[in-house]
Amino acid sequence: MEERGVSNSISDSRSAILLHTTAEDHRIARMAAVALGLAIIEGAIPSPLPGVKPGLANIVTLIVLSRYGWRVAAWVSLLRVLAGSLLFGNFLAPGFFLSLSGTLLSLFALGMAMHLPGRWFGPVSQSIIAAFAHIAGQMIVVYLWLIPQAGIAYLIPVFAAAALVFGTVNGAIAASFLGNETGACNDVAGLKV
Amino acid sequence: MKAVIRHIKPGDWLTMCIGCIVVVTLALEFWNGGLADSVVIKSRGKLFREVSLSHNQRIEVPGSMGISLVAIENRRVRIASDPGPRQYCVRQGWLKQAGEIALCLPNQVSVELVGSHRRYDSLSY
Repeated sequence: MEERGVSNSISDSRSAILLHTTAEDHRIARMAAVALGLAIIEGAIPSPLPGVKPGLANIVTLIVLSRYGWRVAAWVSLLRVLAGSLLFGNFLAPGFFLSLSGTLLSLFALGMAMHLPGRWFGPVSQSIIAAFAHIAGQMIVVYLWLIPQAGIAYLIPVFAAAALVFGTVNGAIAASFLGNETGACNDVAGLKV
Repeated sequence: MKAVIRHIKPGDWLTMCIGCIVVVTLALEFWNGGLADSVVIKSRGKLFREVSLSHNQRIEVPGSMGISLVAIENRRVRIASDPGPRQYCVRQGWLKQAGEIALCLPNQVSVELVGSHRRYDSLSY
């Protein structure tokens, strides 16, 4: 990523701008696209309560975190939030800031949780911690900006329960993907990455 | 299913347990209205009396149709009788937690339990 530069290629008759991309850039783009696909599939699932979503895209974040580290995971999930908001049409709308704050806080939490001893704690723990951080980040925005009164507090236990359930499920899915690739196999669910 | 559980590490179960505790704590914190200290009785839109729950007593509240009887017993309150036709507030039974309300609309009488600190809701913020 660091050596990415912009250069005008003069030899080309078309005025083209060449972006020198690294293999890591391609990997980030590919994983962000997978995450985006999951987010769109998830958008089609009706939810009984606005804001309660499985967060399937976080499975990708967890896998990326475990394989390529925190920096790549942060790129993937922030790109997913940005591109997702453009696709869903809520860029800079309240929903965008809700997912941005949730994602930022859960990335921060993941940065902490990844240092838990790997012998005892796996992606399930990371996922649960990130899910709680996600709702915490959203609640902060809701309180400070969107609905500055206590009515929403009634829903916090519901959001927390959803975070626990979906965090566990996503973490277990990510853990089984990661667990199944012990060996030379580098193929996650048919996605060459 | 077994294959999935195999990938869950011992510490993950601990995280799940802590998560459960967090959820239960939040539910107790936000869903428990707290213990009620007193009851606010209103009649025809005006405050009729605010009574402590510490004494068992029966209070006759005049409404627009007649008398509603409010009973306080063992830190609980209920509408014991009401002249209204449908008796919804009487059938609501005992109210215990702060924030609970019984309304007798035809007679324009209401009882509301209040705790030491008032909570806000979407109707009265």
